[in-house]
Amino acid sequence: MLNWFHRLGSPRTFFAMTSNWHPWLLALSIGLLLAGSAWALLFVPPDYQQGNTVRIMYIHVPAAILAQSGYMMMAGAAMVFLVWRIKLADMAMTAVAPLGASITFLALVTGAIWGKPTWGTWWVWDARLTSTLVLFFLYLGVMALRSAMEGREQAGRACAILSVVGVVNLPIIKYSVDWWYTLHQPASFTLSEKPAMPMEMWLPLLVMVIGYYLFFFTVWFMRLRNEILVREQNTEWVRTWVAER
Amino acid sequence: MRFFFASMTRDLRVHFRRPSEVLNPLVFFAVVISLFPLGIGPSPDQLSLVAPGIVWVAALLATLMSMDLLFRSDFDDGSLEQVVLSGQSLMVLTLAKVFAHWLIAGLPLVVLMPIVGLVLFLEVDGIWTLALSLLLVSPTLSLVGSIGAALTVGLPRGGLLVTILILPLYVPVLILATAMVQAALSGSDVSGYIYWLLAVLLLSLALAPLATSAALHLSVDE
Repeated sequence: MLNWFHRLGSPRTFFAMTSNWHPWLLALSIGLLLAGSAWALLFVPPDYQQGNTVRIMYIHVPAAILAQSGYMMMAGAAMVFLVWRIKLADMAMTAVAPLGASITFLALVTGAIWGKPTWGTWWVWDARLTSTLVLFFLYLGVMALRSAMEGREQAGRACAILSVVGVVNLPIIKYSVDWWYTLHQPASFTLSEKPAMPMEMWLPLLVMVIGYYLFFFTVWFMRLRNEILVREQNTEWVRTWVAER
Repeated sequence: MRFFFASMTRDLRVHFRRPSEVLNPLVFFAVVISLFPLGIGPSPDQLSLVAPGIVWVAALLATLMSMDLLFRSDFDDGSLEQVVLSGQSLMVLTLAKVFAHWLIAGLPLVVLMPIVGLVLFLEVDGIWTLALSLLLVSPTLSLVGSIGAALTVGLPRGGLLVTILILPLYVPVLILATAMVQAALSGSDVSGYIYWLLAVLLLSLALAPLATSAALHLSVDE
């Protein structure tokens, strides 16, 4: 088990093992996204209060969930890197930060678009919006720190420390902001409780959430492989790999 | 413990030898505060309404401006490296330095508070609560800020970066502290807020030195 873990931690083995995964991942995630969007946009009945506007939910809610999970993934990779010094974890962390920032941005933008017809305003200083905005800034901070530092190893460790500090702060930020002011509805999508919305609306949302996660993983995966190539560009195996293309 | 007091007194002595570096953040604080009446308008009603927010944002910025004092000169002249090599605990060093920094950068802000409050037409109750909240929170600001200062100490121009890294982490204390002042102004009980701010202070006292010392190791290692 540990041996397997060590071998997977080597960028070269990881790269070789996963060399033909991403077409499958890409096909599966895009298929799910297409199916979920078609189901959500064409077949789900309009909401009795919000009408067709409710369909924005299928874009917005998965993005908002993923925005937080993305940070957790980054912090998880950071923890692994700090404890075991696995280079692959640092590469994974580098690859995930811009992705997480973009998905957070998507959540903010779609939230604003949804807010205009339902609340009558693009932006409110509501608890969830604010904590998502802070999350966006945390992502930007990690990215700024990485681009400011020269040494790669050093930049990786600095970003790892910052991500872990951010993760300790996230719940505090979330609760303080919740306490500050709340207009947003409570979480509309949990697996642990019975959904508050009817099944015919919930199921396409589930498909969309899974599709978003898979798509996120796929792009992360491609970025990670790219990062491996960039960092190992002076090694023998990358040269032979490039020469074979 | 001896190491703690030794590095604290050394830091204080170094800071007092260069008074302008210590005064600059305070001047910055005063200038920022005096810009707001010019921007918003001089009406006392409006100013007293937004005063807690103005004071708090200015205090956050001033604290971050002073963060350079924490490790920069020690890093530049190599004494930080000597401490790392000597094997003394970096957590103790961090605590000593942060405490010295709080004495010269955090505490003066609290002392300035009555004047600032009067200039912004706050009621007396509000001024006292504002000073109390700043007293409770400024150590937290220094502690959390020390993480950013330690991460960026090796960089030639770390100042702006520190603000980007650290300001989002200040959101909870900003919310709690301004809510406390608003509660005092509306005449309600503030003891709940005091407990909250103390809890945050204890949490950062326990955890921030861990992150800061890890970051110092890293910046010196290079």
